[in-house]
This record gives sequence, structure tokens and C-alpha cells, in this order.
Amino acid sequence: MYETNYHRPSTVEEAVALLSANPDAKPLAGGQTLIPTMKQRLAAPSDLVDLRHIEALRGIKLEGRRIIIGAATTHAEVAGSEALQSACPGLASLAAHIGDPHVRHMGTLGGSVANNDPAADYPSAMLALDATIHTSTRDIKADDYFTGLFETALDEGEIIVAVSFEAPEKAAYAKFANPASLYAMAGVFVARHGAGVRVAVTGAGSDGVFRQGDMEAALSANWSPAALDSVTVSADDLMDDLHASAAYRASLIKTMAKRAVAAA
Amino acid sequence: MGLQGIGAAVPRKEDRRFTTGAGRYTDDMVVQGMRHAAFVRSPHAHATIKGIDTSAAEGMPGVVGVLTGAQLKEDGIGNLICGWAISSKDGSPMNMGEWSPLAVGKVRYVGDAVVVVVAETRAQARDAAEAVMIDYEELPVVVDAVEALKDGAPQVHENAPGNLIYDWEIGERDATDAAIAGAAHVTKMKIRNNRLVPNAMEPRAALAKYDKAEDHYTLWTTSQNPHVARLVLSAFYNVAPENKLRVIAPDVGGGFGSKIYIYPEEIVCLWASKRTGVPVKWVADRTESFLTDAHGRDHVTEVEMAFDAENRILGLKVDTIANLGAYMSLFSSAVPTYLYATLLSGQYVIPAIHANVRTVYTNTAPVDAYRGAGRPEATYLLERLMETAARELGVSPAELRRKNFIREFPYQTPVIMCYDAGDYEASLDAAMKAADWDGFPARKAEAASRGKLRGIGMSCYIEACGIAPSAAVGALGAGVGLWESAEVRVNAVGTVEVLTGSHSHGQGHETTFAQLVSDRFSIPLDQVNIVHGDTDKVQMGMGTYGSRSGAVGMSAIAKALDKVETKAKKIAAHLLEADEGDIVIEDGHCKVAGTDKQVPWFQVALAAYTAHNLPDGMEPGLKEGAFYDPSNFTFPAGCYICEVEVDPETGKTEVIQFVASDDFGNIINPLIVEGQVHGGIAQGIGQALLEDTAYDASGQLLTASYMDYAMPRAADLPSFQVSNTVTPCPSNPLGIKGCGEAGAIGSPPALINAVTDAIGVRDITMPASPRRVWETLNAKA
Amino acid sequence: MAKVELTVNGRKVAREVEGRMLLAHFLREELELTGTHIGCDTSQCGACVVHVDGKAVKSCTMLAAQASGTEVTTIEGLSTGADLHPVQRAFNTHHGLQCGFCTTGMIMASVDIINRYGGALDEATVRAELEGNICRCTGYHNIVKAVLDANAEMHGQTQAAE
Repeated sequence: MYETNYHRPSTVEEAVALLSANPDAKPLAGGQTLIPTMKQRLAAPSDLVDLRHIEALRGIKLEGRRIIIGAATTHAEVAGSEALQSACPGLASLAAHIGDPHVRHMGTLGGSVANNDPAADYPSAMLALDATIHTSTRDIKADDYFTGLFETALDEGEIIVAVSFEAPEKAAYAKFANPASLYAMAGVFVARHGAGVRVAVTGAGSDGVFRQGDMEAALSANWSPAALDSVTVSADDLMDDLHASAAYRASLIKTMAKRAVAAA
Repeated sequence: MGLQGIGAAVPRKEDRRFTTGAGRYTDDMVVQGMRHAAFVRSPHAHATIKGIDTSAAEGMPGVVGVLTGAQLKEDGIGNLICGWAISSKDGSPMNMGEWSPLAVGKVRYVGDAVVVVVAETRAQARDAAEAVMIDYEELPVVVDAVEALKDGAPQVHENAPGNLIYDWEIGERDATDAAIAGAAHVTKMKIRNNRLVPNAMEPRAALAKYDKAEDHYTLWTTSQNPHVARLVLSAFYNVAPENKLRVIAPDVGGGFGSKIYIYPEEIVCLWASKRTGVPVKWVADRTESFLTDAHGRDHVTEVEMAFDAENRILGLKVDTIANLGAYMSLFSSAVPTYLYATLLSGQYVIPAIHANVRTVYTNTAPVDAYRGAGRPEATYLLERLMETAARELGVSPAELRRKNFIREFPYQTPVIMCYDAGDYEASLDAAMKAADWDGFPARKAEAASRGKLRGIGMSCYIEACGIAPSAAVGALGAGVGLWESAEVRVNAVGTVEVLTGSHSHGQGHETTFAQLVSDRFSIPLDQVNIVHGDTDKVQMGMGTYGSRSGAVGMSAIAKALDKVETKAKKIAAHLLEADEGDIVIEDGHCKVAGTDKQVPWFQVALAAYTAHNLPDGMEPGLKEGAFYDPSNFTFPAGCYICEVEVDPETGKTEVIQFVASDDFGNIINPLIVEGQVHGGIAQGIGQALLEDTAYDASGQLLTASYMDYAMPRAADLPSFQVSNTVTPCPSNPLGIKGCGEAGAIGSPPALINAVTDAIGVRDITMPASPRRVWETLNAKA
Repeated sequence: MAKVELTVNGRKVAREVEGRMLLAHFLREELELTGTHIGCDTSQCGACVVHVDGKAVKSCTMLAAQASGTEVTTIEGLSTGADLHPVQRAFNTHHGLQCGFCTTGMIMASVDIINRYGGALDEATVRAELEGNICRCTGYHNIVKAVLDANAEMHGQTQAAE
């Protein structure tokens, strides 16, 4: 790891000021991806701005049907939240299966969404739940937020404060894990709000998380695993690597989608 | 058997320090003035070094020295060598290429060490290592052993034309060909044994300290055999004469073979500590471990097994190509020859066997012994063949095996080995009963109702431990003897220290070895200390590998105990005015059998050291040493049965049940023996289902971290059902065969036999990863 | 440089260290608590697990500076006095360790699992919860037994683990 300067702001404004002051500064959330990346000398931020001590970024709130989760909320807190277990158990269950227990104690929702790793779990949930990403400067719809591999709509110095979404009627996530890393090799989040169904896929797309339109249409017409039998998942634009070919990933997407619908 | 003696499942003495964080591993060692080394390694699999510029690195903060291969050569440090000479079938010696501890002129695999940087802190050393500029000219690369033998393949070493190290054979070619020609049935297969990375959880490390005033070196290192390390460092690498070099292997976090060998880093740290004048510590990170620890396996084999009309095996013909990587590691040559082809008779009467083995250089990490070392490859061939043949012949796999089992001992195989004892049918019966083999069809049907494909597979393995006798292995090319040493020191108060040439890095010697002493002298375990791993304390010994520490290491202790016991009884007889033949040692006393005359054990020891009242002519003291050179290998054997369920939608295989029935001969500590089997099975399941080592065409290791190399985790494995049958080993005093590697040897074919049974295919290449299973099922459909 | 002040095993410590220093290195090198081990670079092996404010985390994936102000418990602080923690004892009784290198992290993770589940543990849960800890020696069989047995002891259940 290259040398770096550690900062611990206690307000969003202070954090933004620190980040803006130095173009090579990076926000540090749980650090469960950033620190390993730095250890391998693949990232060299001059300054790290620790976001975990900003009160405004913490906590899970239910306002009517709207669920608001602070960016610095850990995976363990999301998994263990009674409010979420009742309002959106699919998301709590997703969080309960990110990484391992130690990662879940440190890693945060905001960190995962800001990093947008193509094999991370949360981005699929944000997209399928039609979430809004609330940042230090604006609100961004998930559809506009995830822009590619490790790419998001966030500007330099802009940090995520919270995410929010309407509690779905039904939602669940199913993933097939890479046997080595245990990251998603194909993870599918399905969510139903009234007649609208959204299906988002992570771990598989060569351009990162994406919505699966054919599945959304099929499930909107008939919310059942069997409705997906007729959907053909194209292997085009899917990742192809040591652990999974594009064709295998296409097959896994369909299998995971069915299992998610069955679990929802 | 007492509560703490032979046969007792005693919890380990050494656990207290390991469970409280008080273990002392090499990276835990700190010496005054210590600095840290970082290696600059080749990013290319094959390249010429055009130039090295260390000037920028030398000016970096904290840097003490930046050293190259040229400087190492100036100081006369030798090349690394392979210590087992194998000749080709035409009589020519093996073609061993040069391996300089720091590359000179050329690099031959990704990870090849080129420059070492020594700096105040680990981070500064790494910072400076990045500033070393090396100008490479890339050369064509070959990573696959079969490709490396083809005309026009890139040449890894100038003195190994066609990348061939040796072309070796064993057995009778003509007789085997004739058996195949006259067979009623021949089963043919082409089998790949996947390359594995050992992955001991403690990365390799070295701390070297040069004492200028004494002209003496001390090396703390992660070694399974510190004396062999000292011998090689002294005799071949020219670091220092043995009396000027102390090697200490403190607590070592697993080895599995990978810590037998002497690697460039230890040599360089020793040399650098003198050259820079500071103690130098190096600790591998996990990526370096993946890149540079000696890998295991990596065979491609074409094999034919011939049967007569009654399903008796007539012959076995084997043609193997083994990838040894870019350099010949210390014992690499022996693994695909004497540790592999000599086991090709398995548990079966096979009248004619011929095996041809070609070993090959490629631009990959060196390959050497990894848990099982040759025997897993042999067992995998045989047990996949037996399964496949049974299916082709329409008989049950158990019946085909039973028909061909060796039943009379000693049994001389056509491939050197003479099996001394065994009861293979007993293991098979016990395993089938434990696995409820007969109930499998019902379980398969139940699984099918859940959409799962259930399969069952068995494997009947034999292996050979305690490579011996030394004169015989010397005749086969070994550069060392394979005996073991022990010294038993009874202290003046009756407590005991045992100095053993074996080394424990997880095997529990501090407990098991102490049980031997406790049993013999009737003293509590906590009065016995086992000392190992330090060349200044312990007499020359050969270390721990090849499941040898029970059969060979403990036999040496038993021999030394015999001598101590004899002397103690003489002293006791003298004190008790009795005949030494009437003395027995029990309940902490030396007693005159059949009388109430006795003297406490500690008083016998005290008498030996006060020497006030010893038999005429007896030397004072109670301390004896022994060297034990076995008269034969030992032959652990057993039967493993595995049941799996495959999810046809994802290709994922779940191991539902794993039954092991092993014959390790006599057992000193069943708790520890079972633990060895568990660990071996886990590594075998890893090989069969999870672990693969993939290089791309340019020689980059694609599986260089736990992100891509699938290590078995708790959720990948079931609880195991382990049991034993016993035929004592006739060739050593304790009747022990060895248990360290059996699990890794016997389990992979059981797994793959089960997977192929589940998905209804003849063969699948290891590892049967979800992707590979899914693709196999898809291709079938 | 960063000023790091924290409580480790009940003892307050303060050091000025490089911003890049990992908590694992801080414990090992600054405090000489070498029971915390480092077995990988990608945050997967779990040999470095310690408790920070009562929760299991990987000390190789946390800067010492991030831990400033927290209470850290390492393997050295798990038991006080002569008695071992029930999990340490169970690892010994059931031969849940061999080379010992993963053991300290494994024990810290196991304590965390038992604490979080409050007694309701079964084999499948233990295996799933151990996914952040790699052992190469034991095949996990005896580790799982040890965790279940320690759980039974700590939560007053009489039925021992198989």
C-alpha cells in the first residue's frame, strides 16, 4: 500500500470539503474493497476520508412505505434490521449473504453502491427496487446512476448520503456465487410494485449491473417462476471468464431469476 | 493402554500456545536491527534481461541495499538443484537447467526473482522494489507440458532439448503389450491430474542474521526439514559451512510438501544479511505464495487396462507427461517416477505393468511434491479405470475390485514395491457398510424427486510411506538417506526430553511422540518435552514429509527408548539388588516383578546422574540416541466412498456423505490420526471439485489469489465418517504405517466416480467445477 | 502519519503511525500481539480476525487509523487469568486445530458467531458462518464440532455436539 493521509470528518460538509480540496482524495466507507485494492497497489489515494463517523449517513428509517437507508449502514445492520425484515425481507436477506460475517460488519451499503463492482450484490437491488440515490448534492434515480463497470453518475467530491425506495409487494434476491471469491457470478434481484416488475442482474453483465426487460415483461404478465420458462436470456454482453462462460452465465441468470421469484 | 499412552485419544499439548496466540512463527520473530526484504519478480513468463537499473531504488527512503544476481554470483552463491538424479531409459542423465536464486540473463516464469531490495520497513522495501527498472525482451512462452514436447516449442533451458528433462520407464513393455493384445476387454482413458497450489495458511518466510564477529549465520525459516535445509544451503548453495549455519524452523503453519524445498528467498536472505550487514526478514504475501511455492500434480496420462474374460486384470500400460515447471525443485524428479509409477499396481494383482514417464520444462512455477506426491496421481488413474471398466463390463465396481484384490502377503508387484501386509476387502466391507451402499438406489430416487442428480463412487487406494531403506533409494538416485534420528534425554529428576529429527507443522508430534515416552516410562505426558526444528539443538535428522514421522521418526524414538530402558533397568536392578531381567517399569516405578521391591522412576534417573552407586563400569547419565533406517516402505491402504448430489440447473456438486475406512496399522493417537484424514480428504475434495491452477497462453497465472483459486471452505464440505481397520506394519517396531497423506490420495477418484455416476458420463476433468459440470451436462443434452 | 488511540485487550494505547498502517500490522508490530496472523492479501482467509467494538472484523482490511477510538480484542485478550475461553477449550478438546496458523482468527470468528446466534446454532449455520475463515489442515470437521460444543457450553445446553 502507498502512504496515505487519513481523515475522519463528522459532517457531510466537512467530508465534501476534504474531498474537494484534493483531487486524489477518496472517500473511505467500510473499506472492504478499497483497502484490498490499495494493498495490491492498484489504487493510490493521497487522502482517505472516512465516512463512517458521520451521523447523518447512518440508520434505517421507514417513512410510510418509503424505506430510507443511510449510506454508512453496514451490511450486518441491514441484514439484522427488523424494519427491513418486515418491509423488504429480500434486501435484508441479500445483505446477510454479502461477503462473509467480518466483511458484513464493516462494509456499507453506500460503499458498495458507490463502487459499483460488477459482481457486487447491492446494485441489483437498487436497480430492481427503483431506488433513489441521495447524494451530498442531489437525488439520482438508480436507472440513471449505474453507468458501467465501476462507473456511476457520482461527480468528484460527491458522496452518497442515503438510498430510498418504496417497499415492494414482493422482492427477493438469488445469487450463484463464484466458487473462489464467493462474489456473485450471477445474481438476480426481482421486485414487484403493483403491476410493475423490475428484474436486475449483477455479476454477469460485461458492462455491469443491468435490467432484464424480457423477464420484467414476462413476470409483469404472470408473477411465477414458470413465466420465465419462455424467456431466452442472450449470452451477448455477458462476462466470460475462467469461472463462467457467457452461455453458462445466461443459464444461471434464468435459474437465479426463477429461484428469486419462488423465494419472494 | 494408559490414559495418555499408546492408543489414547489425548488432546494435544501444543494447543495451549496456538489457541492463545502464543505460537511463534517465523514472521513473529524479531531480532535487533532487523530490516525487511522485498523481491522484484519477473512479470513475464519468459524473457531475456537486457538491463537492470537499481539507482532510483537505492535512493529511496529507508533503503539499505538493492542486490542483483550478478552480485550473488560474484560472491560464489550456487544454483538451486534437484537432489534426486533420474536417468532416462537410454541411460542418459536428466537434463537439469540452471536455477540462479536471483535470475541472471533470463527469466523463465512469472514470479522468478530478479532483484532483492532491503529497507527499514516492509512498506519501504516494496516502495523501492517498484523503482527498480528492469529492461526485458520477451520470448515465446510455453505453459502446457504436452505442447512443450512438440517440435518448435519455445525452449525453456538450453541444455534440455525439446524441453525434455528425462524419458523414464518402469516395468515390462513387451509383456504389457502382449497382455493388452490378448485381452478380452481393454479400458482406455486419457486423464489429466490438475495442477494444485499447496496453500499452507502460513506464507513462506525467512529471517536471516549474519554475525560478523563469529562469521556465523542463523536462519529462521518455514521449513519442514531444517537439517536438510542446512545441508543443502551449505553443501550446494555455498552459503556457509554447516558449522557456521544454524537453521531454526519454529512453529510452522502447515507445509503439505511446499516447505520441504529450499527456495531462492532463504538463500538470498542469508546472503543479503552478510552483504548488507543487517538481519534480513522476508515474508511472502499470498500472491507470491501462489506464484512461487512449488505447485503439485500436473500430469497428462494415456492409460490402458486389460482384462480377461473373467474380468481379471491382465495388464496396465501408462504413458505420462509430467510438467515440472520452469526449474527442477529439490525432489521434483522423484515425484512422477518413484513416488508414482511404483504404486501403479494399486490394491490389485496386475501381472504386467509398464509405465513411461516424460518430464518437461514449461514457463510455469516449479512443481514438486504436494500432499501425496505421485501416489494421488497413481491412485486417480487406477481408480478411475476400475470404475470405468466396471461400467463397461457391466459389473459392480465393488465386485470388480474384489475379484482383483491382492490377498496374499508379502506381494511383489511388477513395479518395485513389495507389499508387506494388508486386508483390502476388510476396508471395502467396512466402508460399504458405513456408507449404506445397498441403500443408495432409494436415496438416488429420493434426490431425483427433488430434481437433484445423486451419484456414488468408491476408491480403493494404496500408498507407500517411509521411503526406504536408504541404500535402496540411494541406488535409485536419491541424494540423501531417508532414515530418522532421535535422542532421548532423561533428566536427573526423571523428566524427559526427546530430540527428534522430525518436524511438526500441524501433525501434533509434541503430543504423539510424548505418548510413546509416557507409555514406556510410566510418567505423565507433561513430564515429556519434544524438541525439534533447530539444528543447534537436535542431531541431524531428515524432517517431516511423505507421512514418515510416525513410521520412521517414532521408530527412531522407540529405538532410543529401548536403549534408555535397558540402562535404566540395569541401574534399577543394581539399586534393588535384583536381576535386570526381572525389572518392570509401571506406575512411575521400576519394580522387581512379583515382589514389593521398587524404586521410583525419578530416583533411577537421579542415580544415573549422581553416579554414586552405579553398576561397575557403567557410564553416568541416562541419555541415548538412535538412528532408524527402515527395511521397507510402509503401505497404508483403505477404501473411500463418497455420495454427491448435482444440481443440474447450476452444475453445482454437493458432497452429501464421505466415508473413509483406512488401515494405518497401529495407531498411537486416534484423535490426531482422524484429524489427518479429515484434512487430507478436504484437500482431495478441493482437487476434485474446486481447485485448479490456470495459466494463460502468455504464462500469467490466472488463479493467483483466493479471488480465483477456489479453496475448500467449511460450507463446501460435509462432516466425514472416518474409521479404521488394522493390519500392523511388520517392518517397524511400532507397527505403524502412516496417515498424513491418505486422505488426499484416496479421495479424488471417489469424488469423480460419484460425479460421473450422478451425471451419467464416462469422464469429467478435475476439478468438476460448477461450470464444467454444467457444460458437460449441456453437451450431453 | 496518523495518531491512533485505542483500547486493546483492556489496555489503552496511543501511537503515531503511517496512515497506511493496517490494524493487523499495528497489533503485530507496534503492540507485539503476534497472535493475529496474516494469511492472504485479498481479505479472504480470516487469519487476522479480531473483535472491534465487539464485532469480528478482518484486521488486515482496516487501517489502524480507522480503529482509533475503538475497543479491540485480540486472541491474546480473549481469556483472562488461567482459564481458557470455552471456544479455546473446545478447539483443544475436539482437535479443531493442527498447524495453528488460522486458529486464532478461527477462534475469534467462532466466538463472534456464538455471540450473534445466542445459542441457536446448527452444523449448517456454523459452516455457512465460517465462510470468511480458511483452514487448510483440518477439513473443518473438528472446528465445526468445537464451535457447536462451545456453543452448547456457553448457552447452557446439555446436548453436546456430535
